[in-house]
Amino acid sequence: MAVDILMPALSPTMEEGTLAKWLVKEGDAVKSGQIIAEIETDKATMEFEAVDEGILGKILIAEGTAGVKVNTPIAVLVEEGESVSDAPAAKAEAKIEAPAPSPEAAPSVPASVAKADAPAPEAAAGWPHSDVPEGVATKTMTVREALREAMAEEMRADPNVFLMGEEVGEYQGAYKISQGLLDEFGAKRVVDTPITEIGFAGIATGASWAGLKPIVEFMTFNFAMQAMDHIINSAAKTLYMSGGQMGSPMVFRGPNGAAARVGAQHSQDFAAWYAAIPGLRVCMPYSAADAKGLLKSAIRDPNPVIFLENEILYGRSFEVPAEGDFTIPFGKASIMRAGSDVTMVSFGIGVAHALAAAEELAKEGIEAEVINLRTLRPIDYDTVLASVMKTNRCVTVEEGFPVGSIGDHLASTIMQRAFDHLDAPVITCTGKDVPMPYAANLEKLALITPAEIVAAVKSVCYR
Amino acid sequence: MAKKPDARPNVSKDDLLKYYREMLLIRRFEEKAGQLYGMGLIGGFCHLYIGQEAVVVGLEAAAKEGDKRITSYRDHGHMLACGMDAKGVMAELTGRIGGYSKGKGGSMHMFSKEKHFYGGHGIVGAQVPLGAGLAFADKYLGNDNVTFTYFGDGAANQGQVYETYNMAELWSLPVVFVIENNQYAMGTSMKRATKSESLYGRGVAYGIPGEQVDGMDVLAVKAAGEKAVAHCRAGKGPYILEMMTYRYRGHSMSDPAKYRTREEVEKIKTEKDCIEHVRDLLTQGGLASEEELKAIDKDIKALVNEAAEFSKESPEPPLDELWTDIYA
Repeated sequence: MAVDILMPALSPTMEEGTLAKWLVKEGDAVKSGQIIAEIETDKATMEFEAVDEGILGKILIAEGTAGVKVNTPIAVLVEEGESVSDAPAAKAEAKIEAPAPSPEAAPSVPASVAKADAPAPEAAAGWPHSDVPEGVATKTMTVREALREAMAEEMRADPNVFLMGEEVGEYQGAYKISQGLLDEFGAKRVVDTPITEIGFAGIATGASWAGLKPIVEFMTFNFAMQAMDHIINSAAKTLYMSGGQMGSPMVFRGPNGAAARVGAQHSQDFAAWYAAIPGLRVCMPYSAADAKGLLKSAIRDPNPVIFLENEILYGRSFEVPAEGDFTIPFGKASIMRAGSDVTMVSFGIGVAHALAAAEELAKEGIEAEVINLRTLRPIDYDTVLASVMKTNRCVTVEEGFPVGSIGDHLASTIMQRAFDHLDAPVITCTGKDVPMPYAANLEKLALITPAEIVAAVKSVCYR
Repeated sequence: MAKKPDARPNVSKDDLLKYYREMLLIRRFEEKAGQLYGMGLIGGFCHLYIGQEAVVVGLEAAAKEGDKRITSYRDHGHMLACGMDAKGVMAELTGRIGGYSKGKGGSMHMFSKEKHFYGGHGIVGAQVPLGAGLAFADKYLGNDNVTFTYFGDGAANQGQVYETYNMAELWSLPVVFVIENNQYAMGTSMKRATKSESLYGRGVAYGIPGEQVDGMDVLAVKAAGEKAVAHCRAGKGPYILEMMTYRYRGHSMSDPAKYRTREEVEKIKTEKDCIEHVRDLLTQGGLASEEELKAIDKDIKALVNEAAEFSKESPEPPLDELWTDIYA
C-alpha cells in the first residue's frame, strides 16, 4: 500500500524545517534506512532516513522549500506496480495546506508541536509591542541570531572575552547559538570543553579573576546544577569575601525552562533560584532585542551574570536595532503593552503568554498593561509599582514553580509598598507544583497557559 | 613518611635562614591565632597550619614574581609565605576592618591581588578548577606564570579534581597541583578513604606526571617545586606534587583529634619537625649560632605580637560595609 513520507520532527522543539535536498528522485527504489533527504532544522542539517521500503512514487515538497511543518507529507512511497494516487496524501490533498494540528481539534497532539499550540509565541513574530525605541531603524532577526551577534560584537571589541562550553566550537553549538564563532575567533577563544560542568565553570571563574571575561555556555541550565557550587560560592561571593579586591566578570548563559517533551530533568525554570543570590545579576530576555541588548550589557558587566535563554524562543523573530552599539541596561523593565485595567508582570517566555492573554482580554474590554522585567536581579520595582498604582490590580506570569517564585516576591513587594492602591489580591500565575511530566497532555497541563492568565485577570477584575 | 633526610651542605646559609624564619613565622602566627581563638577574639572555623610549614615555604622558594597561588580553608601559612602582611591576616581572623577582606571574609576567605593570592576557599576541592582557571588565563594572556593549586588528601577524592586534571592536561595549563597529604581528611585517615596507594599516581590516568615528596623537608620541597615549575613554564602542562606532611593540631579548633594517637603525633614532632630540621642543618653545619637563631626567634615573636595587637585594635568594619562589595 502506498504510504506518505512525513516531514519529521528532528528536535524536541522543531515545528517546521527546510527540505534542503532530496537524495533520491521519483521512480527510485528506496531501502529501509537509506538516507533520502537532508532536512534543515532550527539547529542543524540532518539526514533523513526512509523507514519503509518501496519506490519513491512522487515528491510532494520540492527541495529548497522552507517552512515545511512537521507531519506534512513530503513524498509518497509506493510498492511495485502501485499507483501514487493510492497514497493518503493524494486522497486528501487539502490537508497538506494546514497540517499543523491545532489544540482545539486535537487536544492530545502527539508530536513535539504540542507546546507551540500556545498562540503567544506564534503571535510574537512581528509583534507590534517592541523593546526598540521609536524611530530607530530595525532589522528582523531571531533570538538565536541576536545572541550570536551580541557575542560576536563583544568578542570583536574585547580580546579577553572568550566563549567556553560543550559543543560551542566545532559542533557550532548544540542550539546553533555559537554558529560561526569558531571560524571567526579561533579555538583559543571558542573553547570546546569535555562534559564536565563543575570543572569548566570553576576554570572559567578562576580565569575571570585573572583578567579574562569568560562566557560560559551551559547546554541547558539543567546541567548548571552540576556547577552550582562555583556559580554561587565561587563566582557570586568572591568580590564580597575579598573585601572588593577581585570580582568575577563573567556570563553563564544557556537555555532555561521547559523545552518540549523532554521530561522532568530537562524542563525547569531556574529564574527564582538565581534571583535569590546576592552577587549575581540575572537576565531573562524575551525578544531578540532583549537578547542582544542584555547579552552585550552582561558581557561588559563586571559582575557574574546569569543569562537565562529559552529554547522555544530561539527561533522566534523580532525587530532589533539595525545599527550602532545597542545595549539594554540592567534593572530597566519594558512596558510591552500599555493598559489601564490590570498590570501583568512577566519575563522570558512568560511575556509571550501574557501578551497573548492581553489580546484575548482586550476583546472583552479589559486593557492589560504588560511589563517585561528583562532582568530579575536587579528588578525594576519602580516600573511595576507605578503601573500597579495606576491599574490597582496585578497578575504575575512565569513558567517556574510556584513556591518561592518571582511572583511571590513581587506580590510581597507590592503588598508592602502599594497596599493601599490594591483593589484585589495579587495573583501569581506559575507552572504547576510538579516535576515536568513527559506525556503531551500532562506537560500542557503543567505549564502556564494564556487561558489561566485570562482567568486570573478576570478574577482580580471581579469579572 | 620518609626518613629524616641528611644534611645538605650545598644550601647557602642565607637561604636556610630565610626558610627558618618563614617557617617559624607561620608556626608562631598559628600558635597566636590558636590563643586568640581561645580568648574568643577569633570566631567560627579556624584551621591551623602547624606542622605543614615546609610545604608552602619550600614551594614559594621555587616561585617567581607573577606566579599565583590558591588553596583551601587551611590558608594562613600560604598567605604568610607569599609575603602577605601578618597584621592584615590576623586582623581578618578577628573580623576587623584592617583585615585583608575588611573583616568580611574571615579565616577561610582571604585574598591579595597584589601578592597573587587567590584565596582561601571553604568548599573542599573547589579551588582546584579555580586554580586551573587562573592558569588558563595566564596561558591565554601569553605570559609564563605558573599557578600553585594546593589541596588536601581529602579534596583529592572530589570529582571536580579529576575534571580539572583532564582539562588541565588537555589544554597544557601551567598549573602545579600540590596535594598536601597530611593524612587526615578531617577525622578520616587516608586509608579509610581510598585504596589508592598514592594520590599523585592518579594523575597517570590523565597523562599528568607527578611525584611524592617529603613535605617535612623544605629543601626536598623546593627541589621538587623547581622541577614542577620548570615543566609548567616549558609549556608541558600540569604537574602533581604529593607533599607528605602532617598537621599537629586538630582539623579545626573544635576538633579533639580522637582519630589518631598522641604517640603518633609526638613521634612526628620529635623525628620529623620541619623547623627543627632546618635548625639542625644550621647549627650542626656550623652555619648559624644559637644566638643568631635566638635573635630570629625574638624578631618573629615581636612581629606576631604586633600582628595580634593590630588585630585587636583595628576596629570592626563600619556597619555600612554590610552593603558594599556585593557588585562591582
